[in-house]
Amino acid sequence: MAYQGVDYYHLDELLSDEEKLVRDSVRDWVSERVIPVIDQHFRDATFPGELIPEMAELGLFGPTLPEEFGGAEIGDVAYGLAMQELERGDSGMRSFASVQSALVMYPIYTWGSEEQKRTLLPKLARAEIIGAFGLTEPDYGSDPGSMITTAKKVDGGYLLNGAKMWITNSTIADLHVVWAKLDGRVEGFLVEKGAKGLSAPETKGKWSLRASVTGEIILQDVFVPEEMRLPEAHGLKCPLMCLNQARYGIAWGVIGAAQACYDSSLNYSLTREQWGGPIARHQMIQDKLVEMMSEITKAQLLVWRLGKMKEAGTSTFRQVSLAKRNNCRMALETSRVARDIHGANGIADEYPIMRHMMNLESVYTYEGTHTMHTLIVGSDITGIDAYK
Amino acid sequence: MNIAVLVKLVPDTAAQIRLNSDHSWIETRDLNWVLSPYDEYAAEEALKTAEAQGGEVTAITYGSDASAEALRKALAMGAHKAVHVKKDGFTDLLGTANALANVLKDGGFDLIFAGYKATDDDCAAIGQMVATLLDIPCITEVNKLEVGDGTLTANREIEGGHEVVEAPLPCVITAQKGLNEPRYPSLKGIMMAKKKPIDVVEADDVAPRVETVSMGYPPERPAGKIVGEGVEAVPELVRLLREEARVID
Ligand SMILES: Cc1cc2nc3c(=O)[nH]c(=O)nc-3n(C[C@H](O)[C@H](O)[C@H](O)COP(=O)(O)OP(=O)(O)OC[C@H]3O[C@@H](n4cnc5c(N)ncnc54)[C@H](O)[C@@H]3O)c2cc1C
Repeated sequence: MAYQGVDYYHLDELLSDEEKLVRDSVRDWVSERVIPVIDQHFRDATFPGELIPEMAELGLFGPTLPEEFGGAEIGDVAYGLAMQELERGDSGMRSFASVQSALVMYPIYTWGSEEQKRTLLPKLARAEIIGAFGLTEPDYGSDPGSMITTAKKVDGGYLLNGAKMWITNSTIADLHVVWAKLDGRVEGFLVEKGAKGLSAPETKGKWSLRASVTGEIILQDVFVPEEMRLPEAHGLKCPLMCLNQARYGIAWGVIGAAQACYDSSLNYSLTREQWGGPIARHQMIQDKLVEMMSEITKAQLLVWRLGKMKEAGTSTFRQVSLAKRNNCRMALETSRVARDIHGANGIADEYPIMRHMMNLESVYTYEGTHTMHTLIVGSDITGIDAYK
Repeated sequence: MNIAVLVKLVPDTAAQIRLNSDHSWIETRDLNWVLSPYDEYAAEEALKTAEAQGGEVTAITYGSDASAEALRKALAMGAHKAVHVKKDGFTDLLGTANALANVLKDGGFDLIFAGYKATDDDCAAIGQMVATLLDIPCITEVNKLEVGDGTLTANREIEGGHEVVEAPLPCVITAQKGLNEPRYPSLKGIMMAKKKPIDVVEADDVAPRVETVSMGYPPERPAGKIVGEGVEAVPELVRLLREEARVID
């Protein structure tokens, strides 16, 4: 039976024809191209790089941007649906698209020079160049404002020094968006692969997002010419605005992972027999299935509404925090219940459960941990900052 | 080159089909609709041919308002424009073929593609009927195609082998699996499709001469058969597999 997704509340009726076509096209591609190969990549801890040109062909990189920069001008809801379908395959696939679109193309589009936009964005859209986003440092994760990577003005450009850690795609990136302090203020720099003093070693030994490469960005007196600085990006709010874009996609994406876990759980409980019949006939299994499905339905409504507000330009970063927080926890819990329903099979790679569950541990943490999003929304409703 | 592709919206091939209460038709509520898979091959081949030879692809469908979704899918794949031959209610095959031929005859098409059958009614007839009505050749169940200058060469799978066929243009080609790998509509293609024109023409109101009287479910699968035990049973098993089940040669 072809995968259909969860639509208990007929949310399809809220979607336009284009939104459904986007979802279905990415869904079919994921079913036919990603799912058959993803387990092997996960086992080998490799990213399915062979799929990058196909992703570009589909238009998954920077799809909300104007056509002149290689985008497809799709709306935020359609973008969210594309992320949902990618993450139904694997969080690593969605991460790749998120980084390229929300963390690399978005800052260039928003704060780049005309020249940077014209030359870099179409190439990034076609994935002729792959990007990475360097904000997190070994000692500064949730508190990026205290970063110690620095930029120093020199003749014709800047010298960058410091180290970034936990950077998705750093080892394969042609272009790193690096955030560093210039005279104490956070600024954005575009560092090209091969720059003298730049290295990007891989972070090995991950038990999560194994089908996505993660590494460091080490900068030792790396020279960045003046024209490769993002001229309009000043202050910590810029990388945070990038994260806000990516978090929006994550809030949709994790629904895909949750749906994959639910779909597998429903099928499994209808076919797995114990005590002379399918386990789905036991009340406690039904309770679990209904809980998963009902949480997925709520999460869908949350992001649909958020998407509409984002399209209207009225959503706030705090509302994005609420959705990222809620949906990541929902997906992680769904995967854990799914693991339980599958019994011993729940730990086997014949089923996608454990892979999604391990992935979601990262997704719960990156782009602002669950706790940090609690504190963001908490500060909003009480008026009291609790994170410092 | 001026190319047409005939497309149809059908229930998802993986869907569990249920009948309506009086068993006069299938229950269409809650069904997921897709472009008929063989029409996807037809559309892909039409696009590939247009890309290689230059020219335009017009997607054409016949049916109610809802069936226009087939056109949007073909446009999203890359077809340049579309015609919706509108008709509500039931028509028979000849009625459908007539309506399509009426649109095609003035279009000046060099090539007309269609799926060799639609996966809902399995009739495998429209391509041939349209060709007959237009008085042009038709090559069915094509799994390889080369279009030259004014002629084409097609490969057809036949029982126990294959056949190579040549025909002059214009010609109708019905697509079989294996003809190509249909592309996924790109996000850009989907957004561009919105801006492409869909011409709506009303189909003539012709009374169908064939009527669907009732529909039914397939019979329950018969229980398995035990032909014997041990080595002695093998020859009989092989005979049945060959002659009845016809799964081995
Ligand atoms: C697979 C993966 C890929 C990543 N990709 C990227 C990337 O591409 N680019 C990039 O820049 N970063 C990336 N990251 C880094 C990620 O964004 C950080 O890991 C995240 O921001 C958390 O930082 P940290 O790991 O330093 O945790 P810490 O900040 O050290 O947090 C540790 C714990 O303390 C809690 N905590 C922190 N502050 C408070 C507080 N005020 N009150 C209460 N609790 C608190 C946290 O919630 C958490 O539970 C990636 C991470 C992973 C795992």
